Amino acid sequence: MESTAHDFKDNVDAALADANLQDSLAKLKVGFSERRRQAAERMPEFEALRDRARDIKNHALANLDFYLEEFERKVTALGGHVHWAPTAEDARRIIGELCQSMGARTVAKSKSMVAEEIALNEHLEALGIAPIETDLGEYIIQLRHEPPSHIIAPAVHLTKDQVADTFLEHHSKLGFTKRLTERNDLVAEARYVLRQKFLDADVGLTGANFLVAETGSSLLVTNEGNADLSNTLPRMHIVLASIEKVIPTLEDAAVLLRVLARSATGQESSAYTTLNTGPKRAGDLDGPEHYHVVILDNGRSAVLGTEMQDMLRCIRCGACMNHCPVYGAIGGHAYGWVYPGPIGAVLTPQLIGVEEAGNLPNASTFCGRCEAVCPVRIPLPNLMRHWREREFERHLQPRGVRQGLALWSFLARRPRLYRRLTALANRLLALFGRAQGRYQTLPLAGGWTRFRDFPAPPPGGTFHAQWRGRRS
Amino acid sequence: MHPILAAANVPIVSKLPSASSPRPRRVALFVTCLVDLFRPAIGFAAVKLLEEAGCTVEVPPLQVCCGQPAYNSGDRATTRAIAAQVIDAFEGYDAVVAPSGSCGGMLSHHYPGLFDDPATKARAENLANRSYELMSFLVDVLGVTKVAAHYDGAVTYHDSCSGLRELGVKDQPRRLLRSVDGLKLSEMKSPEVCCGFGGTFCVKYPEISNAMVSEKSADIATTGADTLLAGDLGCLMNMAGKLQREGSAVRVRHVAEVLAGMGDRAAIGEPDLGKR
Repeated sequence: MESTAHDFKDNVDAALADANLQDSLAKLKVGFSERRRQAAERMPEFEALRDRARDIKNHALANLDFYLEEFERKVTALGGHVHWAPTAEDARRIIGELCQSMGARTVAKSKSMVAEEIALNEHLEALGIAPIETDLGEYIIQLRHEPPSHIIAPAVHLTKDQVADTFLEHHSKLGFTKRLTERNDLVAEARYVLRQKFLDADVGLTGANFLVAETGSSLLVTNEGNADLSNTLPRMHIVLASIEKVIPTLEDAAVLLRVLARSATGQESSAYTTLNTGPKRAGDLDGPEHYHVVILDNGRSAVLGTEMQDMLRCIRCGACMNHCPVYGAIGGHAYGWVYPGPIGAVLTPQLIGVEEAGNLPNASTFCGRCEAVCPVRIPLPNLMRHWREREFERHLQPRGVRQGLALWSFLARRPRLYRRLTALANRLLALFGRAQGRYQTLPLAGGWTRFRDFPAPPPGGTFHAQWRGRRS
Repeated sequence: MHPILAAANVPIVSKLPSASSPRPRRVALFVTCLVDLFRPAIGFAAVKLLEEAGCTVEVPPLQVCCGQPAYNSGDRATTRAIAAQVIDAFEGYDAVVAPSGSCGGMLSHHYPGLFDDPATKARAENLANRSYELMSFLVDVLGVTKVAAHYDGAVTYHDSCSGLRELGVKDQPRRLLRSVDGLKLSEMKSPEVCCGFGGTFCVKYPEISNAMVSEKSADIATTGADTLLAGDLGCLMNMAGKLQREGSAVRVRHVAEVLAGMGDRAAIGEPDLGKR
């Protein structure tokens, strides 16, 4: 996917002016967080489970090479194949060749953020292979030629009316000429249209929530069951997953699943939890004849052993974005690439470069709500701060910001000079703001006064000046 | 643990002294740069509350800022230099108290991680263990349960992010506010959602900040409160500035001002024409 992260500020302006988006975000902000809160409350051991989930992922990351090789051995023994893709291009090429080996014309895809990351659909289309998104949200945005705006709810930026218009536009040629207004009717129509596509597909492609080293299984959760059709009906099943998805055992998967659904949607568990363990065996009634797992690095291994490693614990529940007031204000598209919200703000600079995505880790108040709800306790504000440190080291921040900071730093390290200058500033601000008590405009503070008044200090001097006066 | 805390996922404050440990007497006020420059009354309110609770309050003269502007801009070297300055300035006091969860959290949660050399790190940890946000210090450490103040009005209280999530400040200010004669507390729907201040964030990303503070302002309006309180001046200036730009009649003050019986002064952003 082409990044627009460097145009973050323009993206923000567009998002804030988009009434449909703002309507959708208003619902998202209360819905997800309230359901997550209730789910956590219903489970007394939820906080302990979060610790356990963090520890499992930390252990897997500390022994990543071991578990990945173990996973490969198991998959191979089952008759499947593991392909290692160091880069996005490698992954695209491998998947393209696999599809071509089947003479595939269509690929049924279940939602995969890694597929978005490597821009798989564009590649398949260039090869003359039609990718069919089978997750309802992904299907909607595919029809609209939009990227997902949320990692678990890709079409969350759209209103029901927008979906109704999109379906009417694209389904009328299939004979569905009535504009639907009821949610259930829209779902039923999409289900009908998609069912034939499942049956026609030559290859099924899914992501994975976890790769289980112990059994060689890929594990996937959905609420629509579309993954089950993607991986049982076609003759070839390709799993696309990134390296950090591997975990040691099924037991570990059980712990992670318990925090995943609750954190994501407030469900006790997702409607479908599917384990794929190798191709169809002799005597199996269904299942794919060919089973391939493509494991993508794409810059992740460079994070191992660094202060940024914690970002690889992410299990893609979306809780950080559901609770983020910045995401809540601007939605997912403004972030400009595949992964939005707080996790996107730490992951994107790693995957496409901090020069391109430098705004993302800066556009945070460090309110800490993301870290407070993260099921694997990723210290997201700290990681964003680390990115800011790297930007500072490399002088990537805007000149005005750097100069302002340098001046402030100079003064803050000279308390006596600082005291004299703040005393002067206090007197001037108090003097000229005295009649109003505040300023509607103020030199050098346009960012503030464009939207807010600036309170003037009351007369009488700074605290330190007054304190000296009182106590001497 | 209080159910509100449990629901908010607030970490349990772990450094509370046991009942047998001596009450800290010699307390240093970390004024904070915003209070020093823009609203000294908050500093004096803090001194009054601490003195009424039996503390001797001193104000180390060489304090400036906790270093957050540098820290959150990625300038670790400057942050370290400023932190070392703060560590020096606050050496030897029983406790260091800030009328701000943000600055208090910087001292108590972020300083130790700045230093690699064991000697400075140990001093940073020592300071961290003595540093408190004002409300938390009054209630959790000194055991204050009520104040002798009067305030006529309906107030709503905004939970500033660092105080809430780093320091577990949630019930303490409310407990004290409930003891204020004449005061009625009316909660927002989402008092824990960030107001959009975020230090330099509010001027680096003014449009996003404005969207956030507009939502906050709408939430404040639904409470019917005539006064907005919080424990951090940065958030208060942001919210006051927005409310006043919108023409709202809601008055904005630091919670310490009301608890110290200083709630009759001109509110933040209001003209103060009184004599001094």
